[in-house]
Amino acid sequence: MASLNDYLFVSGLLFAIGLAGVIVRKNIIVIFMCLELMLASASLTLVAFSRFHLLNGLPDYNGQVFVFFIITVAAAEVAVGLAIIVALYRARQTINVEELTSMRG
Amino acid sequence: MENLVFYLFAFMAVAGGVLLVALRNPVSSALAMVLSFVGLAGLFIGLNAYFVGIVQILVYAGAIMVLFIFIIMLLDLNDEKPVKFKSSSVVAGLVIPLLLVVQILGVIQTGSEGNRVEFEEITNDSMQKSAEYFTQLDEYKIPLPREKQSAIYKSLTHEKSPKLPDTNLIGHTIFKSYNYPLQVVGALLLVATIGVVILSKRSNKQAPADS
Repeated sequence: MASLNDYLFVSGLLFAIGLAGVIVRKNIIVIFMCLELMLASASLTLVAFSRFHLLNGLPDYNGQVFVFFIITVAAAEVAVGLAIIVALYRARQTINVEELTSMRG
Repeated sequence: MENLVFYLFAFMAVAGGVLLVALRNPVSSALAMVLSFVGLAGLFIGLNAYFVGIVQILVYAGAIMVLFIFIIMLLDLNDEKPVKFKSSSVVAGLVIPLLLVVQILGVIQTGSEGNRVEFEEITNDSMQKSAEYFTQLDEYKIPLPREKQSAIYKSLTHEKSPKLPDTNLIGHTIFKSYNYPLQVVGALLLVATIGVVILSKRSNKQAPADS
């Protein structure tokens, strides 16, 4: 079986890829997808530690319940975020973050 | 064999992530995201977290992906002109994640002093033992199902093929230890639904669009 190190490394790699996407990309929908990727990579860490920390021979299910909550909150966040993007597109006819500078100081 | 499956799904997840960032068309990006999440779900199942893996596929690859594709199609971004990336943001986008990866590698290496930290196997014997423990222990002052008729106990001590009753144990943990947070999450979903309806309702008196 692959070791805990491998799982943590994959999780960190996915998080870094998501971060790179958030920094580089200009399309706000793709930025949003990269945020989702970062959330999901954090849940991989939680599940790996949940499996690693055996309580009486069973995985520590507190970690997996946490992942369950993360998925729920992520679903709500996607719904609200996409509604905001649609409202933004209606108001400005663009989803390029470079052109949305009215909040820049 | 298990290692091979791990590397397959890990490669799938990472390749999906790279494609998500690299592809120009938002629809391709959304499909790459699904590839990445399916790989992640495979990793979850490899960690004996069957319920979380299935929920990951249902929620992310099902619902969220459809929502993203729907919005991309709705906005109809066909006339997207090729964006030229600023070199400063590309450099920042390469250097900062690279630093993060180096840092994570360093932490993983020093944390285990260079050794690989292996998982303990969950065997039939260990499940039998934990089933005994499960009926006795009352660690959090929470009444556990003491009857040996409980589905968890039966599944753990099944004579021919004991299985890890993953979903039952998660349900047990949620409803015994996380009852209040569960209700808060329910309220959050309600608030999010109402918020989305209000946000996407087109107001009759056109609000001034500029500034």
